[in-house]
Amino acid sequence: MAWESWGAFWNMGGAALFVWGSYFVTALLVGVELMLVRHRRRDTVRRLIRLRKAAPPRGDVRVIEESVQ
Amino acid sequence: MMTDKLPRPNQPKSLLRFSAPQLFYPLAGRLAPWFASAAVVLAAVGLYIGFFVAPTDFQQGEVYRVIFIHVPAAWMSMFVYLVMAFWAAVGLVMNTRMSFMMAKALAPTGAMFCFVALWTGALWGKPTWGAYWVWDARLTSQLLLMFLYLGFMALTAAIEDPRRSDRAGALIALVGAVNVPIIYFSVKWWNTLHQGASVSLTNAPTMASTMLAGMLVMAFAAWAYTIAVTLWRVRSLILERERHTEWVGHELDLQEGRA
Repeated sequence: MAWESWGAFWNMGGAALFVWGSYFVTALLVGVELMLVRHRRRDTVRRLIRLRKAAPPRGDVRVIEESVQ
Repeated sequence: MMTDKLPRPNQPKSLLRFSAPQLFYPLAGRLAPWFASAAVVLAAVGLYIGFFVAPTDFQQGEVYRVIFIHVPAAWMSMFVYLVMAFWAAVGLVMNTRMSFMMAKALAPTGAMFCFVALWTGALWGKPTWGAYWVWDARLTSQLLLMFLYLGFMALTAAIEDPRRSDRAGALIALVGAVNVPIIYFSVKWWNTLHQGASVSLTNAPTMASTMLAGMLVMAFAAWAYTIAVTLWRVRSLILERERHTEWVGHELDLQEGRA
């Protein structure tokens, strides 16, 4: 398969909006999901570290948890 | 010796040991980058085949190239739901903590693929059928799948108590699983605008082999992506759920030292 030119490639036989609209939104969602997973990891680690500091080493973490949320 | 033949569930070499969150957590961390790399390579190859090797469709022209994400996304959205239902069932029967965490970690990615299938389907439908949306069996059952994913996520997030949250989610996952075969066979059972399966286990594919190759490679990319993201997500879930344990304490110390 050889496209006549890059112009023809981007034009997708006149279906550019539908084809690139599909690929663009998919790429966007994948990017957003990866970002959310990273943020969640960072937030979880930070929050749990904070919780641990608020709790005495051998204390019951559960009691303190609500106040630190 | 008789005793050697007895099953030993806590045998250190058994793969079942990874059902312990403490052991699965580092394993997931080690595996995820490999699956992510595989996803990147597979997607690059799949897109190359899809755009530069596969020929123009003689009926639809170029717009058919949506297929390289539409079909893999639709497959994944159904498959992920079944895997979720499987883990939910395992969790209910065996009462294993990891199973429910896996079900929860899978849901957002399944929902993402479900949305992608609907979105790309709409953009494909307009130029080929003349409509973004029709209320036919295939499209409607796929939309229902979307709501099942959202319902699962909303419900499990809304219930504070982990045990009750797990059980409620498992119920949605199991009941909703009935919808998956309905989606899959809808194009056979009902008269629908949606075309039938071009690829099935029983018949030869009704498409050019390069088109098929592109689609399959993209499907493998979607698999690898799903596994990587799920493993990453489940690691956060494990830390949350196991926060009262000593090993999470050590892990947090380690993370703090790194930051």
